[in-house]
Amino acid sequence: MFRAARSAVSLLVLIAVLAVLWEVVKLLGGDPSEAWTPPFQWSVASDLNMPHLWDIAASFVEPAQRNGPPLGLVLVNAGIFTFREAFGGFVFGALLGLALAIVFVHSPLLERALVPYVVASQTVPIIAIAPVVVIWLQGGWLAVAVISAYLTFFPVTIAGLRGLRSPDPRALELMRSYASTSRDVLLKVRLPAAAPYLFAAFKVAATASVVGAIIGELPSGIRDGLGGAILNFNQYYVSGPPKLWAAIIVAAIVGIGFFALVRAAEVVFLRGRVAPSDA
Amino acid sequence: MTDSVVRIRGVDKTFGAGADRTPALQHIDLDIPKGAFVSLIGPSGCGKSTLLRLIGDLTQPSAGTVEVNGKTAHRARLDRDYGMVFQAPVLFDWRTVQGNVELPLEVSAKNRSARADRAKSMLALVELTGFERRYPWQLSGGMQQRVAIARALSFEPAILLMDEPFGALDEMTRERLNLELLRIWQQTGTTIVFVTHSIPEAVFLSTHVAVMSARPGRIVELIPVDLPQPRNDLTREDERYFRFITRVRERLRGREMARPGAAEVAAS
Repeated sequence: MFRAARSAVSLLVLIAVLAVLWEVVKLLGGDPSEAWTPPFQWSVASDLNMPHLWDIAASFVEPAQRNGPPLGLVLVNAGIFTFREAFGGFVFGALLGLALAIVFVHSPLLERALVPYVVASQTVPIIAIAPVVVIWLQGGWLAVAVISAYLTFFPVTIAGLRGLRSPDPRALELMRSYASTSRDVLLKVRLPAAAPYLFAAFKVAATASVVGAIIGELPSGIRDGLGGAILNFNQYYVSGPPKLWAAIIVAAIVGIGFFALVRAAEVVFLRGRVAPSDA
Repeated sequence: MTDSVVRIRGVDKTFGAGADRTPALQHIDLDIPKGAFVSLIGPSGCGKSTLLRLIGDLTQPSAGTVEVNGKTAHRARLDRDYGMVFQAPVLFDWRTVQGNVELPLEVSAKNRSARADRAKSMLALVELTGFERRYPWQLSGGMQQRVAIARALSFEPAILLMDEPFGALDEMTRERLNLELLRIWQQTGTTIVFVTHSIPEAVFLSTHVAVMSARPGRIVELIPVDLPQPRNDLTREDERYFRFITRVRERLRGREMARPGAAEVAAS
């Protein structure tokens, strides 16, 4: 509990330092105002490229469109929408990744045959895959989840395989001396031994699934998520720079939130274990 | 043949093939009577662990037969006739002490309350009552090894196979666990095959000491140790105890005359 509080405080301090740095840059090289003329003129620090933090903050309460709901509400809804897609992708990806790891640990032949393709799949950019998946699955929520799963299964397969192989060979001999089935070996030795490895992979997969969902929204023409919001505010950036920044902040919060969720599950699930459970 | 639990006839074991062929065991004949405590002792690499693994069907002989309770070793393993204890306790971190002892019972599909009862009585046998809810890493090395023994005995195996179980423990813990193992042996009547490289330990514990030669491993002599039972701390001061130690040591050395360097290793 104490350690959780300490890491929360250090995260807040880091955010505060970054915020101060942002405004110092604005102070030194930003656009001149009535009260202050900065000594330098840096184009990156202009109000267009780096809006003031208070402008970004204010944009959350201003309506996103004329007479519409405030941007904050729009983005929160978009964030929930995208999180749902990411969660679906995470579950698909984790299940697929784990299934592949279980198959590979039982079949060296399949491992040798398929692992190169699993690795190769990750060298194909997601941007290239996404439109194809959208065409196959005719867009929609499922297509986005599949695109997201494409990014998440890989770390789970690799870490899962390592974890399933981690038990002491003598532990497997013990199970053999109990005349146990391979199902018992999997459920009672290999999977529990793999759990710390899997959680490390789930944390990577959680953040990757949010990225996958945002990217997946772009070619599927889904406007309700953060991907749609980012695309939209990017197109109309000149008329409201803080809006894009606000969308980026919400996207980051969704990713960090998902990570924290997995971390919390890890703490609960691995309690009592000797293995260090640091993030 | 009636009361032999283990019957080994003409067993050879060779590892590798072609140029890498390494004979590990040669012409092993061994009978282990029911209820006996047999130690396998010999220099490093003499194949004593391999012989133990052959009995337990964790590896197969290249030639010859291993019978356990009148069945093949394979059949005996499927019938759950073995309890195994290794040098390391090999406990599962994610299970409590009781959970570890229950694992073999879960595999043999015993119901929950029968498992718990059995695990508790096994933990009582190794004097770990009160530690059921602890995790393995919260226990000392000696206590962990006692959990491993309780686990190995949990489904009442006919034969307990122990591969240097106290090799990693300090001398005092080791002597205490030797006494405890003898008490458990007497209470359960289990036949025990015990691999060790400590001569005093082999003599103190065993009803028979099988002295093995260096690679390829052979059984040089099966020495019956007729020290009075039950053995206790006084046994360690008995003159006959020292005579048996000397006899085992000389037997180990006898085969090693050609290589004096190896003899020191064997006798240490």
